[in-house]
Amino acid sequence: MGLTAHLPALQVVLPLLAAPLAVLLRHGGFAFGLVTACAWAAFAAAIGLWLQVGALEGGTISYHIGNWAPPWGIEYRVDRLTSFVLLLVSGTAAIVLPWSRASIEREIPADLHYLYFAMFGLCLAGLLGITITGDAFNIFVFLEISSLSTYVLIALGRDRRALAASYRYLIMGTIGATFFVIGIGFLYLMTGTLNLADMAERLRGVENSPPVLAALAFITVGVSLKLALFPLHQWLPNAYTYAPSAVTAFLAATATKVSVYVLIRFWFSVFGESLIFEKLPLPQILLLLSLAAMFAASFTAIFQDNLKRLFAYSSVGQIGYITLGMSFDSVNGLDAAILHLFNHGITKAAIFLLIGGMVIGLARPGAVLPAPTFDRLAGLSQRMPLTCFGIVIAGLSLIGVPGTAGFISKWHLILAAMEKGQFWIVGAILLSSLLAIAYVWRFVEVVYFKPAPEGATKQEAPLSMLIPAWLLVIGTIWFGLDTSFTVGTATEAAMQLVKIGK
Amino acid sequence: MKNDLVLRVIGKLLIPFILLFAVYVQFHGDYGPGGGFQAGTIFAAGIVFYALIFGLDNARKVVPDRLVEAMLATGVLLYAGVGVAGLLLGGNYLDYFVLDSDPIHGQHRGIFWVEAGVAVTVCGVMLKIFYMFASRGERDRDVP
Repeated sequence: MGLTAHLPALQVVLPLLAAPLAVLLRHGGFAFGLVTACAWAAFAAAIGLWLQVGALEGGTISYHIGNWAPPWGIEYRVDRLTSFVLLLVSGTAAIVLPWSRASIEREIPADLHYLYFAMFGLCLAGLLGITITGDAFNIFVFLEISSLSTYVLIALGRDRRALAASYRYLIMGTIGATFFVIGIGFLYLMTGTLNLADMAERLRGVENSPPVLAALAFITVGVSLKLALFPLHQWLPNAYTYAPSAVTAFLAATATKVSVYVLIRFWFSVFGESLIFEKLPLPQILLLLSLAAMFAASFTAIFQDNLKRLFAYSSVGQIGYITLGMSFDSVNGLDAAILHLFNHGITKAAIFLLIGGMVIGLARPGAVLPAPTFDRLAGLSQRMPLTCFGIVIAGLSLIGVPGTAGFISKWHLILAAMEKGQFWIVGAILLSSLLAIAYVWRFVEVVYFKPAPEGATKQEAPLSMLIPAWLLVIGTIWFGLDTSFTVGTATEAAMQLVKIGK
Repeated sequence: MKNDLVLRVIGKLLIPFILLFAVYVQFHGDYGPGGGFQAGTIFAAGIVFYALIFGLDNARKVVPDRLVEAMLATGVLLYAGVGVAGLLLGGNYLDYFVLDSDPIHGQHRGIFWVEAGVAVTVCGVMLKIFYMFASRGERDRDVP
């Protein structure tokens, strides 16, 4: 067996090893190099896995930890959807980490740098672990690893309110994780197994029993808390606003997306579509909540004064589109959800990276970084043309303008709605896109049409920040024009999931 | 509590046995109740006991902060390292069977090192938490 057979394990182990090594090194620079190298290695592993799964033609890779065969041992299981999410998570980390060097220099005290990188490594390992594992309790363990490190990362924010935001997320996240593990407990009670594939088989026949329904309820609510489904999103805006910029970008692109992945996994691969979509009113509830998120959160976003907060609310709205796709119960709907999960991930990462660079450029050397509020942004396009133009392009992707990644996923969502014959949903998607135009336009108006304050000089963000951010911006255009990778993978993943669920 | 003679004598007498008991629980984990988690906690409890009697500063001389932080990381590395050793010896990740020519002995060897890693990290975490809470008063006094 060569190294390639062990890619599923290496995927998680590399960032997991990087974290304690970074602590032992006790040096910001070394820790940075190590964790970044491991993130890139994880990205390479994700690409390798994507190629391997592609070669299997609809099959799955199963890796037995400790050489104990499932369902007794822990199994890492990679199918199309898994490899797609792994690519998103490790790819974002590989881009955000080099970017974050210059950013945390200004945001985090120097003696904490190595701990920041250790936490980042742990968070990455946790998120990758949630995605790749095929064991229900293992998901919980990795969920805790990623959540606990996330709370620390958010609390590192230079604003004192970061502590309160982190604490709030800790309370909400812990409730979510507790609900999730209660649900797993019920499932274990009914099936006697923790392996997801085995569990799915054993659940056939006892689907209607009260413990299974209770488990479904607990897991759905618990994961919805983590993915910030509309009424459960209260932790998100503050956490994103006050966290260090690099953390915001990484979390916005990955943390909620991985939670969506867990929900898809449980709904489609474990409980099965017939229970979720035919016997229970779950799709109707999810549809309502998604619409509420698309309108209420996007509407709230328009009135925010802090740019980070504005895009945080926009994230809640965009998650609405993902869950809307899930509620359709069709290959096309799921396809749109998976597509939007990816497209929105890279778009939001690009925006938050650019805002982070903008904040650095706004600050006087050595001074405390200002919050990106609109009154400070007047006429900024003359001082930072590249940064502002990048945010506009990514903003167009949020709206769903043709030629950007956002358009592709919204187009697929509209196709899925039309396939169901529900044309009013098509109207709702278009209407909520108008709200996105409103909040992106607010940015454009302030930055391009307000006069710059006297004596402002041209000062772009450093190149080490502009290049990674622009890579993502180019990504949003690339995936809007050449959709063979994203649409191809998402469709295959959706077909695979629906086939399992039937 | 440094001036309490009885406590000081009893403490000095007991602490070596507490630490020894921790090691016993650690090595007995294979055959009976026990293991790395419990052993790490008991070991840390011995140090905490010492700190309560002789003061935090003295405890910090015995187990300095940097050592505690290194313990946190070393335990995890040890655990993950066993997994990587399995990989290098031709098995899967965390495969103990390949750690020795005799698979059953390999299992023993694997669980031994994994439990050692758990004990080191758990002991480190316990001490870290104790130090953080115990030194809170000092830090507040430094900052007027």
